[in-house]
Amino acid sequence: MTFWSLFKRNRSAVLGLVILLAIVFMAATAQLFFPEDPFRLIGKPMSSPGENGFLLGSDSLGRDVASGIAHGAKTSLLIGLMATVVAVGFGTIMGGLAGYYGGRIDDLLMRVTEMFQTIPSFIFAILLVAIMKPSIESIVIAIAVVSWPAVARLVRGEFLSLKTREFVQACHTVGMSDIRIILGEILPNCLSPIIVIGSLMVATAILIESGLAFLGLGDPNIMSWGFQIGAGRTLLRSAWWVCTFPGIAILVTVLAINLVGEGLNDALNPRLRERT
Amino acid sequence: MSRTARRLRYVLKRLLQALPIVLAIVVVNFFLLHMAEGDAVDVLAGEAGSATPEYMAELRAKFGLDQPLPVQLLVYLKNVFSFDLGYSFRHEMPVLDLVLDRFVPTLLLMVSTILLAVGFGIVLGLLAATGLNTWRDTLISIFALVTYATPLFWVGLMFIVIFALNLGWFPTSGMKNVAAFNDTWSWANIKDVAHHLVLPTVTLSLFYLALYTRLMRASMLEQAGMDYVTTARAKGLTENRIMFVHVLRNALLPVVTMAGVQVGALIGGSVIVESVFAWPGLGMLAFEALFARDLNLLLGIFLLSALLVVAVNLVVDIIYSSLDPRIEVG
Repeated sequence: MTFWSLFKRNRSAVLGLVILLAIVFMAATAQLFFPEDPFRLIGKPMSSPGENGFLLGSDSLGRDVASGIAHGAKTSLLIGLMATVVAVGFGTIMGGLAGYYGGRIDDLLMRVTEMFQTIPSFIFAILLVAIMKPSIESIVIAIAVVSWPAVARLVRGEFLSLKTREFVQACHTVGMSDIRIILGEILPNCLSPIIVIGSLMVATAILIESGLAFLGLGDPNIMSWGFQIGAGRTLLRSAWWVCTFPGIAILVTVLAINLVGEGLNDALNPRLRERT
Repeated sequence: MSRTARRLRYVLKRLLQALPIVLAIVVVNFFLLHMAEGDAVDVLAGEAGSATPEYMAELRAKFGLDQPLPVQLLVYLKNVFSFDLGYSFRHEMPVLDLVLDRFVPTLLLMVSTILLAVGFGIVLGLLAATGLNTWRDTLISIFALVTYATPLFWVGLMFIVIFALNLGWFPTSGMKNVAAFNDTWSWANIKDVAHHLVLPTVTLSLFYLALYTRLMRASMLEQAGMDYVTTARAKGLTENRIMFVHVLRNALLPVVTMAGVQVGALIGGSVIVESVFAWPGLGMLAFEALFARDLNLLLGIFLLSALLVVAVNLVVDIIYSSLDPRIEVG
């Protein structure tokens, strides 16, 4: 069966994909529908939703909440995706080397991942961003630093079980180099779990990013959902909409990505489908 | 070897295994501090307004930054192992005193959160697994899916809007009404703190509740397919007895392990929840330190929370090994 027909069988995953595509569309067209800078004060402050031409209201300074959400979508998706790419890339290299060569490298890696599992990761991310100064790069690095060990462990496990298989031994006998075996033979065989963990990691990364931005550790030049909520929390009594809508945006985005991730898991690991 | 002696040896072995991790965490902390302190000199010099090279050098000497790196590391290690975590210049207090001062509220929040999340997670997971593919299962799974995707700080704020501002059932923030009761163990005081504790606890436990629910459900289903279940059924035991006595016991084990593993994440979550509800614990202190750019204090909190996780994992491991006789302790 083709990948799509397998994926299609999971209804909620298709729903997640549709929502995710809508959010991507919103991020891509933010500039079109809201050409103004989302930080600009463009109208009467504290307008409730639907009032004074604000679809979702305005905050205490007269910034458009809807515009912030549209532009914030770009930030969330971009940071989530970049952090995941860095984490998955680094984690795959580390896990692959440890699993393939074993021995000292493996020992070292296991100690490091153990340490990372012990360190409270969110506080670690806070520290890293605070020390590097908040910017897109530092946020991406911080999220990647706390996320890569999970990938490394997964890839290590896959490599450990694959390297003893016959087709790999056959490659050794014909004199293939290590690098070719790793990249050309083993890695393609463990892409499915990497794709699944990567897709779920985007969701976690978006949650971490919004938490950092909420605490005031977002890039100050870029609109993000966490920043909107953090800025609106003092207005809870008088303007509930400032906090509410960006939060729903985060919730829907993360939910959609998780659904897609589970759908990918079902489609790519058919053996596991019956388990849950 | 006798059982007690073996157990003792196991505990010692686990303690020794924890040592390198503790050391590594302290070293990581040192390098972070090093990155931050160089910064601090620039900031302090900038604030003083006279950033002459002499003044900068004097500051560096004061922080010991003119020493070679290995020497600084050794000094730092010595300080940490004699419980000296440095000085918070903003609070004008040693970091250790500040941190210990805020430790109890965080512990209170964490313990109540774990109890709530694990307890309800087990119940919900059990309900979902026993009613597999019924509306009950679907409903619980959707609930778990949604709470798993919800940002904690947002839930907290929404709870404040609904339950504190609109309904007025719970206070919006803090741990007790200002200076209401002096006696910690008086009934009125305990009630007051508990009243303040409800919203932060529920908020913080939501995410973990989702986690434990899914884990418990999966664990129950996995156990239900085991051979011993078939045996029990062949013996003629009732389905209820099989589910609640045989399967449940075994299904609980992974949930207990997970509860230990999740303590680190819980501390991260408490930074967010405490700063939303102004709960005066370590998380709130971290938030304040962040605002004041007090990195020394932030690192102290980081170090202490990492050590706390090591300690909790150790305790969980030891409890776990005595709960489950199948685990080799030798």
